[in-house]
Amino acid sequence: MILIHCPYCEEDRPEVEFTYGGEAHIARPLDPGALDDRQWETYLYIRRNPRGAHAERWRHAHGCARFFNAVRDTVTDRFEVTYKTGEPRPAGDTK
Amino acid sequence: MSGYRLAAGGRIDRSRPLAFSFDGQGYQGFAGDSLASALVASGVTLFGRSFKYHRPRGLVGMGPEEPNALVTVDRGPARITPNLRAPQVALHDGLQAKSQNRWPSLKFDVAALNDVFGALFPAGFYNKTFMWPRSAWEKLYEPVIRQLAGLGDSPVARDPDHYDATYAHCEVLVVGGGIAGITATLEAAAHGGRVILIDEQDELGGGALADPVQWAALDALKEKLAAAGNVTVMTRTTAFGYYHQNFIGATQSLTDHLAPADASGPRERLWRIRAGEVVLAQGAIERPLVFNGNDVPGVMLASAGRMLALRYGVAVGHAVVVMAAHDSGWRDALALAGAGVHVAAIIDVRNVVGADLADAARDAGIAVHIGCAITAVHGRHAVTGVTFAANGTGPACKLACDAVLMAGGWTPSVHLWSHAKGSLTWSEAWGAYLPGTPIENCRAVGAGAGAWDMGHGVVTAVLPSHIDVRAQKAFVDFQNDVKARDIHLAVQEGMRSIEHIKRYTTNGMATDQGKTSNLNGLQIASAALGRPVEQIGLTTFRPPYTPQTFGALMGHHKDALFQPVRKSPIDEWATEHGAVFENVSNWRRARYFPRGGEDMDAAVLRECAAVRRSVGIFDASTLGKIEVVGPDAAEFLNRMYTNPWKGLQPGRCRYGLLLREDGFITDDGVSARMADDRFHLTTTTGGAARVLGMMEDYLQTEWSDLDVWLTSTTEQWAVIALQGPRARDVIAPLVSGIDLGAEAFPHMAVREGTIAGVPTRLFRVSFTGELGFEINVPASEGRKVWEEVWDAGQAHGITAYGTETMHVLRAEKGFIIVGQDTDGTMTPYDMGLDWAVGKKKPDFVGKRSLARPDMGLPGRKQFIGLLTEDPQDLLEEGAQVVADPDAPMPMPMIGHVTSSYRSAALGRTIALAVIADGRARIGQTIFVPMPGKVIRATVTAPMFYDAEGSRLNA
Repeated sequence: MILIHCPYCEEDRPEVEFTYGGEAHIARPLDPGALDDRQWETYLYIRRNPRGAHAERWRHAHGCARFFNAVRDTVTDRFEVTYKTGEPRPAGDTK
Repeated sequence: MSGYRLAAGGRIDRSRPLAFSFDGQGYQGFAGDSLASALVASGVTLFGRSFKYHRPRGLVGMGPEEPNALVTVDRGPARITPNLRAPQVALHDGLQAKSQNRWPSLKFDVAALNDVFGALFPAGFYNKTFMWPRSAWEKLYEPVIRQLAGLGDSPVARDPDHYDATYAHCEVLVVGGGIAGITATLEAAAHGGRVILIDEQDELGGGALADPVQWAALDALKEKLAAAGNVTVMTRTTAFGYYHQNFIGATQSLTDHLAPADASGPRERLWRIRAGEVVLAQGAIERPLVFNGNDVPGVMLASAGRMLALRYGVAVGHAVVVMAAHDSGWRDALALAGAGVHVAAIIDVRNVVGADLADAARDAGIAVHIGCAITAVHGRHAVTGVTFAANGTGPACKLACDAVLMAGGWTPSVHLWSHAKGSLTWSEAWGAYLPGTPIENCRAVGAGAGAWDMGHGVVTAVLPSHIDVRAQKAFVDFQNDVKARDIHLAVQEGMRSIEHIKRYTTNGMATDQGKTSNLNGLQIASAALGRPVEQIGLTTFRPPYTPQTFGALMGHHKDALFQPVRKSPIDEWATEHGAVFENVSNWRRARYFPRGGEDMDAAVLRECAAVRRSVGIFDASTLGKIEVVGPDAAEFLNRMYTNPWKGLQPGRCRYGLLLREDGFITDDGVSARMADDRFHLTTTTGGAARVLGMMEDYLQTEWSDLDVWLTSTTEQWAVIALQGPRARDVIAPLVSGIDLGAEAFPHMAVREGTIAGVPTRLFRVSFTGELGFEINVPASEGRKVWEEVWDAGQAHGITAYGTETMHVLRAEKGFIIVGQDTDGTMTPYDMGLDWAVGKKKPDFVGKRSLARPDMGLPGRKQFIGLLTEDPQDLLEEGAQVVADPDAPMPMPMIGHVTSSYRSAALGRTIALAVIADGRARIGQTIFVPMPGKVIRATVTAPMFYDAEGSRLNA
């Protein structure tokens, strides 16, 4: 049971309160119709799946219900940092 | 009969005899005994039968590592616990235990024939033998294997015991209550803060319990623990898993050590402990030696012999031989001799042994054979003697004895350390892996950290022998019956990774998880592969450390608390009126209302006919509901749904279709515009949370510029669906403030007013194809309004109907149920819902994906209706549809039946299906092959009743 820091509630809360939301910082294209099939495929399906630091979306579903972003190490499952939606990925979070 | 109770010594209370039984025979032990010590004291050597060969097996260890002595404890009906390790079962008066995996009896076991034909069961036996024919697996191999290769039997009746679960938080958690663990606890306690010490045994002390010299010091330490105000000590508590962020799972046994009459309260308690720092003081487990006959009952670990003698006052035999590869075996032999046990000889595989040890042994009257190894153990149900030889190859010498103690060195218990992903470092001195660098805030102490002077030993546990290894019964994994030659065979057959060797041989895969076999297996593999052990690595340790009861893991989450049942405000009324219920997501919904012995088919036909003839009432409260409010509400819905929403006038409803971004249908529902800036959305019953989450996702992360608020109102509204030609007549006297006339209040409109004096959002909508209303009232008033409508409906022949009738009526109209008629790969075009897609909208969720070339390819499955040739043939939902029933196997399948019912209105069966190019097949015959027959059906449009919709608009 991991404790996750919600950047809105500013509290460490147990992982059962949260849901995972996939890789972060993939903005929906403003005009999807302008994308060719390959570009749309890239947006829709292609993800990094790194070994190590991974920026990803989480939602404090059973709390404030807000989406936020986190950098988590996929090897250790350790959360390096969590930050609010819209904020850039913090520099220097990668080991 | 070999073991016996010593005249004195041990920590047992000889003034308190306890009666117990094993396999129905009565025995006596003392308070403080374990089941294993009491049985050995009674002369029992045979404890069980091995997993594969059904070989007779005795006790090996006196702790969690015990691989053989697994017993079933019977605490009364439904309280039968299999697979308990006898040394870890505390004795109480009246304890009833029995052996396992034998038939008809432990001494005469028919399946021991497996052992005679042992050559037929080599490594990888299951993989090689039972592959084909495939049908034989289900009918023959699996039942036979399950019968033969089994552990204890699970109880059949439900477990009547209660299991508790709780949390604990502390600054320091110490796992293991030996001297090292107690010392670490006291050190931590001195710094203040909460300290928890847990230990799996009945009393603290660990290995020191087998060393009376330390008992005074142990008592002094225990007194200090009791005096420390910030220390919590929990015995009979097993830390079984070490998870992220210093989260430890532990099970505390509360009543199993008590006679049933004395037991009250929960049987076990699951602790979830979050600790600032974890100190692992788990100790070390002695390693067996691998030699011919090392599994004959009476061959056990030297540490077990010592524990039996010094903690329990039990001699393992009248003439004990110690087979040592490590100094600790000599110390144990001397300790045994000091306790009055006759140690006949020490045979040590090493060529050089410390003179002090050899002198001490000779002084104690023990024969010493250095540079020798046992090459055979005699006896079947009990040891009668051993043969040994210099270097295992010299002239054979025979020695009579009734117990053999193995001292193969020590394996630090790094299980929990590894659960937490701490690294391991190979130690040549220990011949074992020691804790390296932790990931968590954790440290290891004591023998488990390799921080203990164990004396000298040899790294290899495999003894040389003049007998060809292929002829030896030299066991590595006792519980899974893996022999040294099985590991050689696995290497010979191409296994290189230790993980593959493990799975091919099943070494270390038994319930003991290789506590005694992993390192020996690794060393044999290392020799066979010709690579150093540290290059081969270790198999992964995973929780649980020892087997845990399902009861403890379930805790309170059973019966009504297993999964909360959501009930609508009408639920009690439905119960009182004899409803049969079904579960729909977490909701309990009335499925049908049988009358006078009706079965479901009869009840549903009656309910369906009543709705089409007069009027029916249905509880639709479980529909998901979301209140969408804000100046940008219409714009938001316009982006989410396929349909256009901006032009929808307040007071009007619209069917909304929701896609995922990949273009496939995920939900639908009718929604109403209550005001310019307010919508009353409905979703499917099962999709409510998912849809809200999806909408929140877009709103929060993509379109945060939109000023919209989403609120789940699913449980705030009771929804009473009133459907049928008399629906308007029923509610007319109850409604005020709303003109119910067909023109003033048309189909797909919403009005606000009151019904039975209760404020309502009254929808004129229909999921049946009849004139219909969905009466939304505050949930607290739901039952009152329902009953008023029910009473008012009596004059019109009102009939209550359930979800099954709802399904039939909507199928007659071809209305889809998302998740039943769609499966996550269906587009609006596939489902014939082109009309619901706003063609002029520049964007909505999923629009771009609908433009992918694949979405328009011919051959996609399309939603159609099916009418069977025989009008009474009822197709099976999920049945596969084929175009040619005579096509050779594998027969091409073109789709499947999604919905199938008996229609009262049509007097025949109807079905809905998705089949390739379905709309082009309308009028054609397709086939549904079923066991014993092939059903012919005609493809139709998915619309069976009132296609022009005149009833709906009445």
